[in-house]
Amino acid sequence: MRSFIRAYPTEARLFAVLVAICLFLSLASDSFFTLGNFASLLNNNSVNVIWAVGLLVVLIAGGIDISFAVAASVVQYLCVYAFEAIGGGGWVIGFLVAGGIGITIGFINAALIHRFRIISIVVTIATYNAMFGLLMFITSGRYLYNLPEWWTNRVTIFETQTAQGTWVELALPVAVMAGAMAATWFLIRHTTTGRQLFAFGDNPEGARRAGINIALMQFVAFGWMGLMAGIGGLMQAHIVQEVVPNALIGRELDVLAAVVLGGARLGGGRGSVLGCFLGVLLVAVTQNGLNLLGVSPFAFKMVVGVIILSAISMSNLKLAGLVKVMRGGR
Amino acid sequence: MGAMIQKDDGFDAAKSEPAIRFGHVSKVFGGVRALDDVSFEVGRGEVHCLAGENGSGKSTLIKIITGVYRPEPGAEMEYFGKAETSVTPNSARGRGIAVIWQDLALFPEMTVAENIAFDTLLGIRPRLVSHKGMRDTARAALAKLGVDLDLEARLNTLPIAQRQVVAIARALVSDARLIFMDEPTASLTQAETDHLLAVVRTLSAAGVAVVFVSHRLAEVLEISSRVTVLRDGRLVGVYQTQGMTQSRLTELMTGKTFDTVVGARDTAANRKVLEIENLTRRGEYEDVSLVVRAGEILGLTGLIGAGRTELCHTLFGMTRPDRGTIRLNGKVLTMNSNRDAVAAGIAYVSEDRLALGLVQPQSIADNLVIPVLDRISGADGLISRRKKGDLVRKWLVDLAIKTGRPEDAVATLSGGNQQRVALAKWLATEPKVLILDSPTVGVDVGARAGIYKIVRALADQGLAILLISDEVSEVHFNADRILHMAGGRMIGEYDPRRTTLHELEEAVYA
Ligand SMILES: Nc1ncnc2c1ncn2[C@@H]1O[C@H](COP(=O)(O)OP(=O)(O)OP(=O)(O)O)[C@@H](O)[C@H]1O
Ligand SMILES: [Mg+2]
Repeated sequence: MRSFIRAYPTEARLFAVLVAICLFLSLASDSFFTLGNFASLLNNNSVNVIWAVGLLVVLIAGGIDISFAVAASVVQYLCVYAFEAIGGGGWVIGFLVAGGIGITIGFINAALIHRFRIISIVVTIATYNAMFGLLMFITSGRYLYNLPEWWTNRVTIFETQTAQGTWVELALPVAVMAGAMAATWFLIRHTTTGRQLFAFGDNPEGARRAGINIALMQFVAFGWMGLMAGIGGLMQAHIVQEVVPNALIGRELDVLAAVVLGGARLGGGRGSVLGCFLGVLLVAVTQNGLNLLGVSPFAFKMVVGVIILSAISMSNLKLAGLVKVMRGGR
Repeated sequence: MGAMIQKDDGFDAAKSEPAIRFGHVSKVFGGVRALDDVSFEVGRGEVHCLAGENGSGKSTLIKIITGVYRPEPGAEMEYFGKAETSVTPNSARGRGIAVIWQDLALFPEMTVAENIAFDTLLGIRPRLVSHKGMRDTARAALAKLGVDLDLEARLNTLPIAQRQVVAIARALVSDARLIFMDEPTASLTQAETDHLLAVVRTLSAAGVAVVFVSHRLAEVLEISSRVTVLRDGRLVGVYQTQGMTQSRLTELMTGKTFDTVVGARDTAANRKVLEIENLTRRGEYEDVSLVVRAGEILGLTGLIGAGRTELCHTLFGMTRPDRGTIRLNGKVLTMNSNRDAVAAGIAYVSEDRLALGLVQPQSIADNLVIPVLDRISGADGLISRRKKGDLVRKWLVDLAIKTGRPEDAVATLSGGNQQRVALAKWLATEPKVLILDSPTVGVDVGARAGIYKIVRALADQGLAILLISDEVSEVHFNADRILHMAGGRMIGEYDPRRTTLHELEEAVYA
């Protein structure tokens, strides 16, 4: 426990804050601490978590990506046309096509960043605008409802009946989220490539002198982001059962805030999957709580902003030091 | 200047088969010619020193040999008997070359174990990470150095000396046949340095060649069998260290001669500026009392863990004492932060200024003027270009900082020149009390003399100066009075005019 706090101070602190908020909300509202509410929290936030772990990898490598939400929209449109062209498809083909298109978009970002030595924020703002402009121009802002059946049919991976007789279920996106989290965790903790991403984000010159392939780092980071953008896009359309060109605009900033809240450092070298998950959850739980307490939705964004600010500024308070003081009784 | 290479007769390994042989190496950065037609050769198992003033091209040569920079066309490169046309960091490592970089090039957010095992276990083709393998590797490398560090600690939580140890351990992990050590002792204490030198001897005996760079000439002469001297990017020559003296080597490096004399003067009658009485901070230092007078350079020496740096942190307002008083010009001073200290007229040039003191991507000029922005702004509140230019020129000349243009980024300067910029930055604040923590670490002989001339001149203007160094000779020649600190306490006071260097070294290093 203590070694965990030492190694992951941000995550531990975030967890403590989350527990505190949950305790408060359980007392303040009857409907918060219920299985149904937790299940819907997970169902509703799985896409954000999928994107968050993708963005995490980019942040660890010292970059940033503003374009992934638009990329997800592009993936959705191209998927609709692709599935139409091949006459249907199914989940396996769906994941391959969505992931493949996502990776391609990620590679384009990586190539621009590496080839022309432009910083990632500038490149991805450019690709964001280019992709969004192109999408609106080509689709004329049209919505698509004619998605294949397999795509929009609800897939339940777990269900149970509560004592009150209501059905609680977890849907496919939650399983995909778990898969994305596990894969990302494996990549960044247990492969040399993942550790090289940390090193590259931490000290690029040191990484270069150690002979690390810089181009490879950019392609892995943005490729992974693209993969997650694509899969997240597929899941998002699955949930809402339609494709809307500008539906995802703005989500990139929510996700970015959650990832940074989860301890990833802008500038590279630090971050964890657990932190991403907790970051997304903290924002979600807060919104959910405000909702249950009957606070006006217009106040949500403001409160979320305050939460993010206070959570980040609390990093000055060293939790490990606090534990030591409490244990030593001094 | 024609290269006057002396033939080596003493070193057999060098004659038989060199580990590396380089010829006609040149390197140009923008307008600066960092290396000009240099040749360099190291024998197998040889300890070879690379000597030269700051900016003479030592690190650049190392970067070319290790494939970080590409030399200008025409260079001849040979590794272990095989000629090469191009090298990358990977291929150099594959040939058995390891480096301890002057700027360490470590990964601050990663753990000690990961940093040490990086090249052998992480910096390789995609595969699974063995966390246990990394710990074992790191532990073994640290054991070679006889140190014990927390393997799971993040590097950025360690003080600079321990980071240096990590960088050294990292180079010992791979089974290198040639190790470059670019100023590995810059932030080590005497004991740690001795240990490293012992490791170098062991490596050499096992057939590993070591190229050693250091501005501490005593070390250079002690450890190496030959020394290659560079000046302004050109080869001066290759010499046997047998029979070489420090002053001869200095002359070769700089083309000038320096004499070291004890510079102490009598300052007992001067006004007291900084007075400390019974200052205590539990676990760091105890019952420390001292006085620094106007115009006085008070030397403070002792081994690591003596509590010198901790004392400085308190004097600079960064920590609070448990007991005792600090007086400045007779008035009791309580400080809550280092801003209070700066406002009171205390300046502190810290020992790890290379990491903390400079904004690397910004220009030399901008770095210099950061603490004195208000002095160089005009009536309209905007920065006056003329005032800024004057100030920057003054310090560049005074500290003999070798630079292309003041607008260049600090990162393009050689390590020693960056050091001088950091020093100049604080000197520009014109403080009343100046605390210098190891101000000449990594600075060459010529520039050391320059820095001490400035420190002396500042003292002559009435500044009270506290000079900390673990090089006893440094305080001996430059301080007016010397205090010896050990285990958090003051245990002796010496007058350099009445004590010989030898006596003082005995007292401190014993
Ligand atoms: N990347 C770079 N861009 C521009 N100039 C550079 C660069 N690297 C080195 N230089 C210049 O090349 C010259 C040699 O620098 P180098 O770092 O090799 O010196 P050094 O002998 O290692 O000095 P020190 O003892 O201070 O470390 C210096 O004038 C330096 O300013
Ligand atoms: Mg150097």
